[in-house]
Amino acid sequence: MSESAMQERFGAFGGRYVPETLIPALDELAAAYAEALRDPSFTVALDDALRTYVGRPSALSEAPRFSGRVGARVLLKREDLNHTGAHKINNALAQAMLAERIGKRRIIAETGAGQHGVATATACARLGLECVVYMGEEDMRRQELNVFRMRLMGASVVPVRSGTRTLKDATSEAIRDWVGSCEHSHYIIGSVVGPAPYPQMGRDFQAIIGREARAQVLDRTGRLPACVVACVGGGSNAMGIFHAFVPDPDVRLVGVEAAGRGLDTGEHSASLARGTPGVLHGSLSYLLQDADGQVHPAHSISAGLDYPGVGPEHAWLHDTGRATYEACTDDEALAAFGLFARLEGIVPALETAHAVAWVDARCGQWRPDDIILLCVSGRGDKDVAQVAQMHTFPG
Amino acid sequence: MLAERFASLRTSGRRALVCYVTAGHPDRGASLALVQGIAEAGADVIELGVPFSDPVADGPVIQQSSQSALEAGMTLDGTLDVAAAARPGVPLVLFSYLNPVLAAGRDVLRRASDAGFSGILVTDLPVGADPEREQWIGDGPLAFVRLVAPTTPAVRMAEIARHGSGFVYLISRLGVTGARADLPPGLRETVERLRASCTLPICVGFGVSTPDQAVAVGSVADGVVVGSALVAAAAKSVDGAVGFVRDLRSALDG
Ligand SMILES: Cc1ncc(COP(=O)(O)O)c(C=O)c1O
Repeated sequence: MSESAMQERFGAFGGRYVPETLIPALDELAAAYAEALRDPSFTVALDDALRTYVGRPSALSEAPRFSGRVGARVLLKREDLNHTGAHKINNALAQAMLAERIGKRRIIAETGAGQHGVATATACARLGLECVVYMGEEDMRRQELNVFRMRLMGASVVPVRSGTRTLKDATSEAIRDWVGSCEHSHYIIGSVVGPAPYPQMGRDFQAIIGREARAQVLDRTGRLPACVVACVGGGSNAMGIFHAFVPDPDVRLVGVEAAGRGLDTGEHSASLARGTPGVLHGSLSYLLQDADGQVHPAHSISAGLDYPGVGPEHAWLHDTGRATYEACTDDEALAAFGLFARLEGIVPALETAHAVAWVDARCGQWRPDDIILLCVSGRGDKDVAQVAQMHTFPG
Repeated sequence: MLAERFASLRTSGRRALVCYVTAGHPDRGASLALVQGIAEAGADVIELGVPFSDPVADGPVIQQSSQSALEAGMTLDGTLDVAAAARPGVPLVLFSYLNPVLAAGRDVLRRASDAGFSGILVTDLPVGADPEREQWIGDGPLAFVRLVAPTTPAVRMAEIARHGSGFVYLISRLGVTGARADLPPGLRETVERLRASCTLPICVGFGVSTPDQAVAVGSVADGVVVGSALVAAAAKSVDGAVGFVRDLRSALDG
């Protein structure tokens, strides 16, 4: 059966729950991916593109004023400084190069906040590939600027009007496209979700975040961080920064989900905190669902976290206790968005602001010599218009 | 019951007419009347679809039918109730995505059987994806209908045939469900390739929307599956949908 070196499951989670039509395409992808990793001409070209086009390695910054406030030394892994402004480009560029390698010149993507769509449109423009991005109508409204950026780079952005009109239904629509086009199209999923080999591949392409950060922290401080913190939508920036630290038993790994209007309101995106195992978009993982197995719509102020599922490897890290998952509300994230801008001169993405908010909420509970490694998954330029509409900042 | 139905079709040299409808669509009462009506109009097998919130294999028609059924409160248990109340006298296949089946618990297969289902088809559980759950379904009281796609290689076809029962559902084209004006080229070859490794009856679906297409499919396969075109007709009127099935039946037998 589906012979490949790929890891299809993380404990009980993951798998390939897809229509039969896609099985051969997933087999082909898994084989091509494994082969590409063994081929120096691919890995060298990817390293070069990450260095000279994306701008890697991304900086590790001190956060002196925020550190002073929370009472620990916070170090920032600056994925916001990447070309296109988020970690998404690490995966999108690598997968676009893989697609080119297997001769698939039409690329499909889904996007929530638009960051993955922009990253994919960017990679496609650079490689001369056709690019179709599915985006919920609601998110197109929330993230107008990114819609414009994608179109500017030659991508077609298809509004999705079914269901929730957000990331969940954009993903379903992208899968539908792929079921019909898999012979000549490659689907670049924007997070560590989906059927195998996507969760592993997405994690591998994002793992550069943690590899760099681990070396940078050691180099700068001579020790490992006490805690690594990242926001969790599908979970790709978190998986990316966690991966290198999983074997370090003393490093606490914390993923921060979106608590939306509150964990007890039913309007949130906290799949790990409040979900139960189920199957959505090709894998078994934690899922917001009702007793009948219908997927419950998620809510978050941040389009990139507004998803009722989560990557299967997080489900496994959660169940094994290797990582813990916390949640911050819309209001906490909004406050952290402004706080971080004022204290550090960094406007974080609203997604990232959830991780900032969690660290901030523990002001005074840290040990002074604790090092906290915080993944700044993206910059907040895309969110400025949305936040300006709903919030007035002092001064 | 599926086996007997296909055996008797084979003896009489007729093609199976397999009809898909979404449970609870256009509404609960009409759904019941629809199941009974299409059975009387000549359906050999009825696939009763459990509406799901995220039907990734379905095109707009079945998506909409699922969404409206869900909004009206249809569930997997509700689907079993429709079947039990309809008792249409032809074999029923429970047609579902995996998640509602998992949520329904270990005894769901027996409950479905009690409600009158003789088979189950799970859209997003391809052969080999989850051996443990596949075995659970395979060992249960329902025939386990598996799908073959145009992309499925010959070795995999053999494997699917070995793991399935009742009949094999051959998806005639790439893409999601939805009525099409034409039939895919190469269908005959695909059916023959499948037949080489498969002793189960082969029913072909995805896109069949007219009696002429049904006849064309019937000339190469053991049965024809009609879904989206029927659901679209049912959205307008149950009588229209039943009339459509009658037309399909007489074309196939003609
Ligand atoms: C800046 C940023 N951070 C985080 C996310 C959430 O995705 P993931 O959990 O896969 O990192 C997104 C998604 O759009 C994003 O744009």
